[in-house]
Amino acid sequence: MKQADFERRHAPLWERCESLLATPAQDGASLPAVYRQVCAHLALAKQRRYTPELVARLNDLAGRGYFALYGASRKHQRLWLRFFVVDFPAAVARNRRFVLAAALLFILPGLGLGLAAWLTEDAIYSFFGASQVREFEAMYDPANARVGRDRDSQDDWQMFGFYIYNNIGIAFRTFATGLLFGAGSAFFLVYNGLAIGGVMGHLTRAGYAVTFYPFVIGHGAFELTAIVLSGAAGLRLGSALLLPGNRSRLGALRQCAPETAVIIYGAAAMLVVAAALEAFWSSRTSLPAGLRIGVGGVLWCLVIAYLATGGRRAA
Amino acid sequence: MAVELDTLHKVVTPENIDLQVECAGPVSRCLAYLIDLGIRALVMLVLGLLALFLDRVGVGLLMLGWFALDWFYPVLFEVLRDGQTPGKRALGLRVVHLDLSPIRWSASLVRNLLRTVDFLPGTYLLATLSMCMTRRFQRLGDLAAGSLVVYHTPLAPTAALPEVRAISAPLALDRDEARALVDFACRANTLSGARQRELAELLAPALPGTVDDPVRYWQGVGLGLMGET
Repeated sequence: MKQADFERRHAPLWERCESLLATPAQDGASLPAVYRQVCAHLALAKQRRYTPELVARLNDLAGRGYFALYGASRKHQRLWLRFFVVDFPAAVARNRRFVLAAALLFILPGLGLGLAAWLTEDAIYSFFGASQVREFEAMYDPANARVGRDRDSQDDWQMFGFYIYNNIGIAFRTFATGLLFGAGSAFFLVYNGLAIGGVMGHLTRAGYAVTFYPFVIGHGAFELTAIVLSGAAGLRLGSALLLPGNRSRLGALRQCAPETAVIIYGAAAMLVVAAALEAFWSSRTSLPAGLRIGVGGVLWCLVIAYLATGGRRAA
Repeated sequence: MAVELDTLHKVVTPENIDLQVECAGPVSRCLAYLIDLGIRALVMLVLGLLALFLDRVGVGLLMLGWFALDWFYPVLFEVLRDGQTPGKRALGLRVVHLDLSPIRWSASLVRNLLRTVDFLPGTYLLATLSMCMTRRFQRLGDLAAGSLVVYHTPLAPTAALPEVRAISAPLALDRDEARALVDFACRANTLSGARQRELAELLAPALPGTVDDPVRYWQGVGLGLMGET
């Protein structure tokens, strides 16, 4: 068949496909059939070597039909519920080796510097400058009327914004730099572990434990685990490049990326909870320390139980 | 078949046809990024000016806004606006999965979080290197997410056909020869007159003796092969 005849015969169908794509709501059920017809015409047009203009037009039409048809079917409802009940804990469970490695990278250096800072006066200065040390000493000095930062409820909101901006940014960076063969994630884990462990050891030595631990235990349950999880996701990326197994490095990377995204979503959500707790709960220094320690302990148990047991069947 | 040296990406759909898209290179993507950067800077500036009049609650909300703008501006636009941030829309670009389906949350999140690495050691140097070294101009985030930035521009209007009478072919032609003549006719208004005469000259041995204007003659043959009348 010559091109002019072909165009004359099928133009009405193409017009119809155009109008179906322009207004998807109108008679959406007939799009698949029309789309397949257009696909057939595209194949014919190529095989019969019709002009590039016609092939381009049909390619464009089929491309848009494909985009509409294969994009629409994936809209589901209540996905977020399934995400928190199943997907996120299951992804963590499947990657428990990386979570363990990230936890060790985070805890061991922190424990080391923490012990050193607890036992000796000088150890803390190997990591922090003197002014920084004075700053966080002042923050948690029991002699202060208000612990943490001197603040009122307006400050709570300001700090909430700051914690979100700062902490989730750190988590995202910890994850992303895992692409450098895991080195970036490992660095951020060790660095944050050292900082947090050092502060803990030093303040314990200084006798500020009564103000420090009630303040940090509550949000720490979410914040520290989330940092470890984003580091674990970063290590997963790095390991795909370092130890791709029987895939190509690129294939291994692409295969693990969706799962790391799930972990990162989950970690980000946990950091939002942590920021809210830190801004609105941890700062309630008027509440008795015992209560805050108790609630913090319960939160730790809940978070660990959630991550350890949730989604086991799906994993 | 000659090796194709172009920027096309082909995907076989479930209907067993080849769809073709053109991958977008570093320059247009950089321009799109600069437009987005400008928009974000403007919004941040406006928010920052507002903050001058706000109390500390406002400052907290402002930082939430900055955070969202920093990390989620591209993700939200890409997922909710068919793979196009305002910058990409201005440049006629679109992000899709490698199979050309619309980009989804997880791929968009991965490719945009990994910007952090693509940016290293500053000014998107790693991204540029990666784009120059991969066939489909993918930066590292694209490689990990399995995504692709393609041109999504409306088709140019079809060039008008020359005003000559269709002639049936004077000799038997195979498919490639017929295609060449059809193309010659279709490009009557885009090739220069001198070039058209030069091309028609090549076919002089096949030209019937009675023809006075070879260009118009071969255009007519092309139209005849297309089935125009």
